[in-house]
Amino acid sequence: MTTLQTPPTPAAADPRRPAAPAPTARRVRAAAGLAGRYLLLALVFALTVGPFLWQLSTSLKGNGERVFGYPPQLLPAHPTLHHYAEVLDTVPVLRYAGNSLVVALGSVLTNCLLGSMAGYALARMKFRGRGLAAGIFLATMIIPFESIMVSEFLVARSLHLTDTLLGVMLPGAASGLSVMLMRNAFRRLPAEVEEAAILDGAGEWTRFRRIALPSVRGTLAAVAIFSFVFSWDDFLWPLVSLSDQGKYTLTVGIQYLSGTFTNDQRVIAAGTMMAVVPLLALFFALQRFFFRGVGEGAVKG
Amino acid sequence: MTGRRWYVPWLFLLPALAVAVCFFIVPFANTAVLSFTDASTLGGGTFTGTHNYARLLHDDQFWQSVRNTLLYIAVVVPCLVVLPLLLAVLVQKRIAGIGFFRAVFYSPVVASMVVAGLIWSWLLSDDGLVNSVLRGLHLVAGPVPFLTDAHLLLFSAMAMTVWKGLGYYMVVYLAALANVPRSLLEAAEVDGAGAVRRFRHVTLPLVRPTMVLVATLAAIGSAKVFAEVYTLSDGSAGPGGEARTLVYTIREVGLGLGGEAGYASAMSIVLFLGTLGLSVAVTRLNSREERA
Repeated sequence: MTTLQTPPTPAAADPRRPAAPAPTARRVRAAAGLAGRYLLLALVFALTVGPFLWQLSTSLKGNGERVFGYPPQLLPAHPTLHHYAEVLDTVPVLRYAGNSLVVALGSVLTNCLLGSMAGYALARMKFRGRGLAAGIFLATMIIPFESIMVSEFLVARSLHLTDTLLGVMLPGAASGLSVMLMRNAFRRLPAEVEEAAILDGAGEWTRFRRIALPSVRGTLAAVAIFSFVFSWDDFLWPLVSLSDQGKYTLTVGIQYLSGTFTNDQRVIAAGTMMAVVPLLALFFALQRFFFRGVGEGAVKG
Repeated sequence: MTGRRWYVPWLFLLPALAVAVCFFIVPFANTAVLSFTDASTLGGGTFTGTHNYARLLHDDQFWQSVRNTLLYIAVVVPCLVVLPLLLAVLVQKRIAGIGFFRAVFYSPVVASMVVAGLIWSWLLSDDGLVNSVLRGLHLVAGPVPFLTDAHLLLFSAMAMTVWKGLGYYMVVYLAALANVPRSLLEAAEVDGAGAVRRFRHVTLPLVRPTMVLVATLAAIGSAKVFAEVYTLSDGSAGPGGEARTLVYTIREVGLGLGGEAGYASAMSIVLFLGTLGLSVAVTRLNSREERA
């Protein structure tokens, strides 16, 4: 809090400085400031969305159209969906997407259920070994997955989980982050909520299911979205644990689309779009929860 | 609370604990043990003491990956600490359409690294958009080898990491900026402090803890960099693999043909200690400066 102790700045103390600019001057300055703000926003907009749009434009261009050279042809002259059909013919994209969906939905289910159960016990029950249990979940957040992936592969192989979708899903089935987010959410619930239920003789499971869980739906949604996106976007573990092409998830499959299956940039672009558009749609529909998850996840992570 | 049987909490914890132990604690312990053996990925292995660690000292490939990874951290962390903060300040004011801009700036975060890699490969390839424009404007004679020169590949990957991380840290900073008391900023304005001055002397000290958090997260993320380099180079990490990062080498050594699980585990332990050291270092650095 050094700020509060700094002496008034010379500029502020200068008596010659006018107390406030004239009203019109101030309005002009405000308008200029606003225009500058929008200009900067537009610039960042171009930098963030530009790469996506160029890929989209490429994917829609016909075979006769230029995709490289100068000046770049920004918009397709004869937009066609032909290359999207070609992707489907070249690689089993729908199958990969199906695999990704199975893994991601499984991960959502387990993270919500196992994460909230564990979080509930850690937040609402006092018992010996609670610190140890919490420590284990914290440790999983501190140990980088990358540093254990070789042994993870060995463990998965000894459990016959390599080359299975279950094996892709299980290591992320109850992440430390999910457990900790749920624990913090349950902690915020006032004790009185449960006391009435205890008097009614409701068991621990009933209290968890009927009273505690419905009160933390917001956090549950954040955990669900986090798990879905993390699982859908994960690349390293599926790359390591899957060698059967039929089991590929979308990230691994799309990576092999380029170079291995085709060199046509239009087809690769179409494949990329098919991989990313569903996720972007999900994001724009559920923005609120995404941002909430980031806020909570970062602070606790 | 009374009358609960002792095992009830453990029933709630059991499934999640089983996952954590089976897929984190056990592999971690296994990694530590294997790092002192000559185990191959197929199995077997005998205890060899600190041989693997001694071997690391003279392994050029390992040191190359360490250097590349450290360079990655050194470039990416300052960018991801400063740029998202400026971006957060830019989108903080609730002007018309700002919700849309915030969402759009976040969108690269949602895309997978593979998708980002394919998009950037196409932008930066020899006949891609960037090279076409540079050549069309006669700024360069031949195509710039963004993806085929090891150093440029590394820098392209860094640029992509920053591009993809901007939105995430922007949201983290937005939460911090929301906690800066309005009254403090207004008081400074009344005192005649301009926007830059208000930012430096009021906002910055208050978001400092968040900057430390972001620095830690970005440093750990950069220490683990893999997918960026892998996807931009079609899995090769540049000519001769010279842009290899630590994780890239761990995977290459531990899981490739004739995988040396023991030796790769020693590298993994180095990576683990490195990330641990990074978070300790950032925290220490911060507390020292705060005292000063």
